[in-house]
Amino acid sequence: MMPPGGPDRAPVLRISALTKRFGGFIALDNVSVDIHPGERFGLIGPNGSGKTTLINCISGAFRTEAGTVVFAGEDITPLAPHIRTRRGIARSFQIPRPFKSMTVAENLMVALDFASVGGDFIPAAQRRDTVMSILTQMGLASKADLSTLGLSQVELRKMELARAMATHPKLLISDEAMAGLSSSEVDEVLDLLIKLAGQGITIIMIEHIMQAVMRFSERVMCLDAGKIIAIGAPAEVMANQRVQEAYLGT
Amino acid sequence: MDLLLDAVVLGTLLGCFYAAVSLGLSVSFGLLDVPHVAHPAFLVLASYGVFFLNDRFDIDPLLAGLLITPLLFLFGLVAYRLYYETFEKRGSDAGVRGIAFFFGIAFIIEVLIILQFGVDQRSVTASYIGKAWRIGDMRIPIRLLVAFAVAAAMTILLSLYLSRTFMGRAIRAVAQDQEALRLMGANPVWIKQWAFGIATAVLGTAGALLIIVAPVDPILDRAYIGRTFCVVVMAGLGSMTGTLLAAIILGVAETIVLTLFGASWAPAISFAMLLGVLAVRPQGLFGRRS
Amino acid sequence: MSRSSIRFWIGAALFLTAVVLMTQLIRNEYPFFAGYVILQFIVLAVAWSILGGYAGYVNFGTSAFFGVGVYTAVFLFKATGAPLAVQIAAAAIVGALLGFAVGLVTLRMQGIYFSIATIAMTIIIETTVTNWRYVGGAAGIQLQRPPVMPPFDTYVQMLFFVQALLVVLTVAIARYMQISWMGRGLQALKDDELAAECTGVPTLRLKVTACVISGALMCAAGAPAAMYLQYAEPSSAFNLNYSVSVLAMSLIGGTAHWIGPVLGAILLGTTQQLLTVSISSEVNVLVLGVMLVLFVVVAPEGIIGLIRKAGRKRAGDRA
Repeated sequence: MMPPGGPDRAPVLRISALTKRFGGFIALDNVSVDIHPGERFGLIGPNGSGKTTLINCISGAFRTEAGTVVFAGEDITPLAPHIRTRRGIARSFQIPRPFKSMTVAENLMVALDFASVGGDFIPAAQRRDTVMSILTQMGLASKADLSTLGLSQVELRKMELARAMATHPKLLISDEAMAGLSSSEVDEVLDLLIKLAGQGITIIMIEHIMQAVMRFSERVMCLDAGKIIAIGAPAEVMANQRVQEAYLGT
Repeated sequence: MDLLLDAVVLGTLLGCFYAAVSLGLSVSFGLLDVPHVAHPAFLVLASYGVFFLNDRFDIDPLLAGLLITPLLFLFGLVAYRLYYETFEKRGSDAGVRGIAFFFGIAFIIEVLIILQFGVDQRSVTASYIGKAWRIGDMRIPIRLLVAFAVAAAMTILLSLYLSRTFMGRAIRAVAQDQEALRLMGANPVWIKQWAFGIATAVLGTAGALLIIVAPVDPILDRAYIGRTFCVVVMAGLGSMTGTLLAAIILGVAETIVLTLFGASWAPAISFAMLLGVLAVRPQGLFGRRS
Repeated sequence: MSRSSIRFWIGAALFLTAVVLMTQLIRNEYPFFAGYVILQFIVLAVAWSILGGYAGYVNFGTSAFFGVGVYTAVFLFKATGAPLAVQIAAAAIVGALLGFAVGLVTLRMQGIYFSIATIAMTIIIETTVTNWRYVGGAAGIQLQRPPVMPPFDTYVQMLFFVQALLVVLTVAIARYMQISWMGRGLQALKDDELAAECTGVPTLRLKVTACVISGALMCAAGAPAAMYLQYAEPSSAFNLNYSVSVLAMSLIGGTAHWIGPVLGAILLGTTQQLLTVSISSEVNVLVLGVMLVLFVVVAPEGIIGLIRKAGRKRAGDRA
């Protein structure tokens, strides 16, 4: 396990005083946290605590009422989602959202077509190779030219991650990629994420499966009702009384 | 100034009439999310039904409207089942094809009316049509007062139904969270079907008002697509009293423009307001749902 | 150029040659009158499907753009006596600007709200033109055709050829968009706009671009109509039937490939021409309604979809 970056390394993601409201309902309340480069960061919390809302604010799907999101030193708060993706933020969705009219390979092609503008432009001839190498890494090479409609749940989750990887991200956010999977499938996906982390990508993982969170994370943050109630080493956070109350109810 | 006062009074009455013809859409589109662009066509069809009963059997138009209400209710049940089986069941692409489907239905209804009744305008006769009430310098047509009274009654009744009766509350619930309803053992599809039946049944009285207020012709539905959707969207989807208020705003706006600039700009008013609301405050002026 | 592109351009050249030959060999005016309308619908349907088909934003703006094309031509002709080519080019520019404006306002809305907003824009534009005295207002305006140039004998023959040129232009543009990166981006945003946006696709920019191109082409298709009818009147130029017919043509043909709207336009356009002439215009509208309902319910992917399904079934039987 690699130690997280020390205090003198600039955070790859700095969230300051982030607040998100839906009408009268406060989904995120003054949330501030720094994520360090290459860190394996776990995000937990009961349903409705604001985890996916936080991800939506980081990826740009939601506009926020207050606060800033600074990524790699740049204030990305006013930027549209597709620009944040090009800057290097990728995410998967809680319920997989494949492009249903395309094959698995074509899904990744979209990422290569659009997310590598300006940065690492890949010439057409090499694109097929790049797509195949990502799919091989994910164990999906045999499904490359099949429609997404025939994929199983775990294959869909892996394709989500593959498509996110095809955008060549510096930060990958995985939103409950293991929900509803069998324990061997959970291990498959977990091993994949650990392998990706080993390539230097910062990963934020939202999960309910506590063993996975413990195995994967260097730091864990727990949200409840839009506020951070605990942040630190996994064992500490799990033992925290407020965290246990939040999950089990008082 | 007098002219403006006239316009506001008449516009308010006209607005109440617009509310009556839009209430059904507030249920079918506002609560059930059905892209029902054929609603005005159903309305015109109902008004021709009223015409038929009035012309053939001399039945008072409002009474005729009540008589065809049960027929319309059944028609609504069938129409929703057809829509559901074809579209909602199959999911995502539905909205887009749904609207095309309802346009097709609207066109078919238009032509069937032409084939049966011809293209000319039709009107009804009743004791309250043709007379006016004088207040000071103002001349208020009695039929508009009738429309006002009936519309107010319809809004109150429908509002009470949705909030006080079991079925009405079920309809409200299914609009918000049909999964929860399913888990409680209710059948959301049947509730929505019932709601659509009510939304269509309401068109009996509304159709009567339509032909009372002015003569009808087969393609009149096109003039009302803008008005009804404008009212329903402005109201904030699913709010009955909101529908009444939004309709009054539309009625007054149309009448003022008519008075100041003439009839040729009138068709655009409802659409301009609709566009404005969609662009600026899509959740409507009075509604709670977004 | 790729092999399929070479095939396409050879086909286009053959098509135009056939059109010119027709004008030289056929004496009867009627085929050109009817043929013009069908070619016009092909242009409108293919142009519509750039935004409505590829991006999936089903809009009812065809009537608005077509009408604006007609009235741009009317205005230019009345004010400056401009030749047809200039009228068409100007209409395309106006169409592009209008597409940009309409796009920015409406494309932020989703699903049915977008569709209703496009109906709203159509009526507002129609009402504005109805109130414009200079081009005739509600009563309409009559136009005098300028003399026709060789190699064409009659003005309608020339218009037929002009519309054929627009067909080739429109199909070429739609085809390019379909097979290029733009096509993939539009397909992605049609499948799942949020996922596309998070995969790096600039969805608003692509949608507006599609709207601009679509609008420019639809306006261009409307410009020659003023000369074709020698008359322009708002309620027919902006008739909602255009919007619904073109929508029907694309849905019937299938929106995944540019050949879909072409097939749909030929099928429905020919049927409409035959019915209007032989029976009545009401039956025309009835057929439109029935075909729309039928295809939307039974064959949502249109004729292309049916052909593909049949092909897959045959492949499955063989396997």
